[in-house]
Amino acid sequence: MENYYQKEIETASREQISAWQNERLVKQVQHVWDNVPYYRQKMEEKGLTPADIQSVDDLKKLPFLTKDDLREAYPYGLLGKPLSECVRIQSTSGTTGKRVVAFYTQHDIDLWEDCCARAIVAAGGTKEDVVHVAYGYGLFTGGPGLNGGSHKVGCLTLPLSSGNTDRQLQFMTDLGSTILCCTPSYAAYLAESIHERGLRDQIKLKAGIFGAEAWSENMRKEIEAGLGIKAYDIYGLTETSGPGVAYECSAQTGMHINEDHFIAEIIDPDTGEVLPEGSKGELVFTAITKQAFPLLRYRTKDICILTREPCSCGRTHVKMSKPMGRSDDMLIIKGVNVFPSQIEQVLLEQGYPANYQIVVDRVNHSDTLEVMVEMTPENFSDSLAKVTSMEKKLVDALKSMLGIYAKVRLVAPKTITRSEGKAVRIIDKRKI
Amino acid sequence: MVYQISVFLENRAGQLAEITTALANNGVDMRAISIAETADYGILRMIVDDAQKATATLMDHGFLLSMTPVLVVAVSDKPGGISPVLDTLAEGNIDIEYMYSLFTHAEGKAYIVFRVGETEKFIELLATHGITPTTAEELGIH
Repeated sequence: MENYYQKEIETASREQISAWQNERLVKQVQHVWDNVPYYRQKMEEKGLTPADIQSVDDLKKLPFLTKDDLREAYPYGLLGKPLSECVRIQSTSGTTGKRVVAFYTQHDIDLWEDCCARAIVAAGGTKEDVVHVAYGYGLFTGGPGLNGGSHKVGCLTLPLSSGNTDRQLQFMTDLGSTILCCTPSYAAYLAESIHERGLRDQIKLKAGIFGAEAWSENMRKEIEAGLGIKAYDIYGLTETSGPGVAYECSAQTGMHINEDHFIAEIIDPDTGEVLPEGSKGELVFTAITKQAFPLLRYRTKDICILTREPCSCGRTHVKMSKPMGRSDDMLIIKGVNVFPSQIEQVLLEQGYPANYQIVVDRVNHSDTLEVMVEMTPENFSDSLAKVTSMEKKLVDALKSMLGIYAKVRLVAPKTITRSEGKAVRIIDKRKI
Repeated sequence: MVYQISVFLENRAGQLAEITTALANNGVDMRAISIAETADYGILRMIVDDAQKATATLMDHGFLLSMTPVLVVAVSDKPGGISPVLDTLAEGNIDIEYMYSLFTHAEGKAYIVFRVGETEKFIELLATHGITPTTAEELGIH
């Protein structure tokens, strides 16, 4: 039997969901108009006032927000509540080094954790479960989100955070973790470690909730077989609160978007035009209940498909497919957002040419990032110590910009292919 | 002073052969060669008979080069022959960045290439021990 965290919401009629969305959107537009001058100005530039938005049908009139807006308005420009009412920030890397900082009131935290709780229950979680959270804690939303959701469901929560595999496995076996939450690549790595150590019959896992990076159906099968569990996808982004914006149910055929909190649209990334249901395009979210960081029409740059076909799980909220790609050049590496422009900026600052190539691969289920950089006469000398210390400086600068380690490979000048048109900067060898 | 040519080497099969072939085809004679390497790249250091021709040739082939003045010191080609020079360095507390030897031998002498932290001080100290660095002319190179 299917369980729900908030049954009346998760299985509400389409009419009811529309009614919620219409009412909440109107209210939210007024809230933003009154409290977020940055967006108000964008509306005014289009000749709009809150009166122009009477229902979800009018949503398409509203201007978009992008990561560029977040950068421009950093840090407080999109804040919808006084800081005295905010209780938390979460953050993620943004373009050209500036971070995205999202604010939460206690109300925002509650609704975010509700969303995560729905995901945990959809994955079969009850208060009898031991939820093992191996997402990173801290600024990253993964750990705090699932942690809060697990509390709401009443599960025993193990806040392991990421890394330290020995400790993960010790807690998993000693405390009998039943639901694992982490990135799919880490889940695959844990599965391998469990096999290597012969611990398979000592683990009690039954389900996993995996997100923050792209993963394939093949990888799902591999993880499910490796850990003897059902593996569920979860989606979200810091800008819209974090994981739990959408989550998979028992059908495992797409993720239900929590439509009582978010309105989803699919647009043509080039024209911005809203596309009919079933079309492949860029996913756009409007947060209709969030107070502190109320983004309207935020372009996720994720390409996917929405469907409202009835789902066997009984949930009525729209389903999104796994993201099929990006409409920008952002890479997600080890769950971290990486933009080639960030790498370019570091190279220029460190005196290397902007002609570079990024090679992303997945080795033993873990992402690797290598940056091929052309050596320059200025950086070259007869002293190996000097060259390696320049290289180390570059590695450190990249780490500080990206938040993850990038291997630098110095190559001879003019050996990276220059193309006539758009340079081939990224070689993504991951088979996702 | 003798000029050493340093070449950036990618860790790729055939790189060194490409260099030696190019130099051979242009009649450049290599007198000394040494490689410092990391897992991913290396620095080839060499002394040649005609540095100008060698650099022109290698630049034509797209190699990244640098020229560095180094000291060549002649030592007795017998056990312990290098000791007086190394003792001098120790005495002056001078760091050796790297050293290697020339292929050339003459009159019971071996030639050692030195790149040290304080070149001037090294020359002065050698002089106090009656040692004079070998010149390019003496080695028949330019």
